[in-house]
Amino acid sequence: MNCKTLVIELEHYLDKELDATLRLSIEEHLLKCKKCRVIVNTTKKTIEFYCNSEPAPLPADTRTRLHEALAKRLRRAHT
Amino acid sequence: MSSPKVDPIRQHTLPSQVAKEDEPALVAAAKAGDISAFETLVGRYERKIFRLTQNITQNREDAEDSMQEAFLKAFEHLGEFQGNSRFYTWLVRIAVNQALMKLRKRRPNQVSLDENIDTGEESIPRDVEDWGPSPEDRYEQRELGGILEGVISELDPSFRIVFQLRDIEELSTEETAEALGLSVPAVKSRLLRARLKLRQKLNRYFRQGENQ
Repeated sequence: MNCKTLVIELEHYLDKELDATLRLSIEEHLLKCKKCRVIVNTTKKTIEFYCNSEPAPLPADTRTRLHEALAKRLRRAHT
Repeated sequence: MSSPKVDPIRQHTLPSQVAKEDEPALVAAAKAGDISAFETLVGRYERKIFRLTQNITQNREDAEDSMQEAFLKAFEHLGEFQGNSRFYTWLVRIAVNQALMKLRKRRPNQVSLDENIDTGEESIPRDVEDWGPSPEDRYEQRELGGILEGVISELDPSFRIVFQLRDIEELSTEETAEALGLSVPAVKSRLLRARLKLRQKLNRYFRQGENQ
């Protein structure tokens, strides 16, 4: 395992799609290579930031227009 | 062998948790004509769907139109929803289609999700400074949200949309491939590049010593 192979396999490593042998070999490399540890940790952090980010509330006018359009359509379906 | 100091990805909300337990009942009620059940579903997902269409179209008006059309389409086609997937995944697919149509209309020559992107060897990232223990503590929640939004908007659409579906909306690789009409290897390749590019762009804000 070297840094280049780690980056190629990073996707599968992060998504836990690797077989045990390759995973072990990556983890052995991570013990020795600070640069790759930083890459793995900051990439995980990147995913975590986005995954945990809450969507902003809908702007009030956007929300009003959405619900007006829906009400119109739903009323039509009801009659 | 001792384990390397690699941080686990913090527990986040999984798609199965996003779809609350009462979702199948709400969908069934909406299918049977209960309007308030459908309105509850809209209220539950409107913020997420608007963020999705915003991130795809990068245009407020198109994002609003796509969101509206997605909910109206979902209502009209509710009878066709078989329940084989989560309602939310089905809704995301509809919203993606609406948003992509808007994006292609506005920029017909710039958006090709299925173009061949070199899937050869990835290069080792250049900028690998560590971020320190908790970069999120350096920014207010709102400021952090602004940074994340600004950084993702700099990505090429074909990377941005794949990242959005996989890592923000938490669709599976297969669901993402299906929604975008891409192959599974193409999704994986784009996702890796998107993650690495975002990581590198966030370096500007989060590297050790920055803003301290």
